[in-house]
Amino acid sequence: MIDSGDTAFIIICTAMVMLMTPGVGLFYGGMVRRKSIISMITLAFVAFAVVSIQWVLFGYSLAFGTDIGGFIGSLDYFALNGVGLDGDGIPDMLFMVFQLVFAGLTLAILTSGLAERVKLSSFIVFGLLWTTLVYDPLAHWAWGGGWASQLGALDFAGGTVVHISSGFGALAAALVIGKRLGFGQESMKPSNIPLTLLGGALLWFGWFGFNAGSELAADGIAANAFVVTNIAAAAGALAWMGASSIHGKPSSLGMISGAVAGLVAITPAAGFVDAMSAIVIGMIAGLICYAALLFRVKNGLDESLDAWAIHGVGGFWGALATGIFCTAAIGGVDGLLYGNGGQFVIQLIDAVAAMTYAFVVTYILALIVEKTIGLRVDEDEEYVGLDIAQHGESILI
Amino acid sequence: MKKIEAIIRPEKLEKVSDALIERGHHAMTVTEVRGRGLQRGIALQFRGKEILVDLIPKIKIEMVISDNDAEEVIATIKEFARTGKNGDGKIFIFDVEKCTGVRDE
Repeated sequence: MIDSGDTAFIIICTAMVMLMTPGVGLFYGGMVRRKSIISMITLAFVAFAVVSIQWVLFGYSLAFGTDIGGFIGSLDYFALNGVGLDGDGIPDMLFMVFQLVFAGLTLAILTSGLAERVKLSSFIVFGLLWTTLVYDPLAHWAWGGGWASQLGALDFAGGTVVHISSGFGALAAALVIGKRLGFGQESMKPSNIPLTLLGGALLWFGWFGFNAGSELAADGIAANAFVVTNIAAAAGALAWMGASSIHGKPSSLGMISGAVAGLVAITPAAGFVDAMSAIVIGMIAGLICYAALLFRVKNGLDESLDAWAIHGVGGFWGALATGIFCTAAIGGVDGLLYGNGGQFVIQLIDAVAAMTYAFVVTYILALIVEKTIGLRVDEDEEYVGLDIAQHGESILI
Repeated sequence: MKKIEAIIRPEKLEKVSDALIERGHHAMTVTEVRGRGLQRGIALQFRGKEILVDLIPKIKIEMVISDNDAEEVIATIKEFARTGKNGDGKIFIFDVEKCTGVRDE
């Protein structure tokens, strides 16, 4: 039975989540040097386009087809075969496209680790491999009936599937592709912070569709997810901005990064925790993601735009936080705080497994692409900037 | 009195500026410019063809200094702006007739 209210709601949420992908592009675009802004924004769109086609051909089926050994879905739904306009509450076709926008966004987040040095053609090949062999299995584990959901791991809207996977994937990809020329010696300050703030605004807005929509129904849990999402973003923004003011001025980049950190952390928890817990989850996310960023910079890692620090570490914290703060009063499951330590252990297992799998498989895939067609542009192209080298375009007159 | 006009790589500005300050030469004007030199830009390969990227972004530093300081300033810029590759830039030195501050009577 199709519910028209639910269907209308999820159609709108799907469109909102789609807007997050260009949001990531703008968020990242403002942080790179002027010579690679177009490239950075374009990578997000390209990621979305590549995954859109992959998803309808076989990605959706790998994630949501009949379970094979708890690891991956079958090819039942190859080329959307059997994905109809009927369904339980919402049409199957709508569920498919709602999941599609998540998959597209996830690959876009990963471009952080390849910023200003990846070859566009190689990114398309790598992206196709990555979404097939990293994203699709992880989506299956959590939502498609795989081992994590059988174990009882909670991931409401994609803390492990979207954020741990892209964050740790970005770190692995950055290690394979290597640092940008001159990293650590030359200034690589963000060239357009307003662009990053605009991207952050689109992310914050789209995240309401991401988290509330993950209930797949227009009901009370969706409202709860909406509320805690906003609270965590606000708490994260204030916490990071406050912490960064210890080192200097309260930076706007820190503020918006903190908001995203809060949004990431609340993602797996949104349908399971209450509003007061969301303040704590968001605040801690702002602080530990900021610490992760400082750690990365101190260690000279060029995971350039901090997908690892914000999405990876924030996603990991969110998975654990779900196990701490979840309450039966909201989502039917109690966590550590309510005397159920077992849930925390399950969350820990799930997060560690997703992190390890994403990091190792991404590293291998990036290495395969690097050794065959090469991931990286040559030195002159990198110096001139990817806008001209890869697109023949430039924001300079 | 000399005027120095140095065209350098943008990514070297911070180091050059810091080094000049360290040696006591504070006053400078910095402009973002684009230009080409003897090599006419940077040649990139694209589908087997060569594409010339013309008018590369550079930084122009302008300083007016005493004759005595000229040598040190030039040496400092050369040391800190240098990569050894094409496109490191040029330094032009001019004689300056007179200098007066806007606030001077």
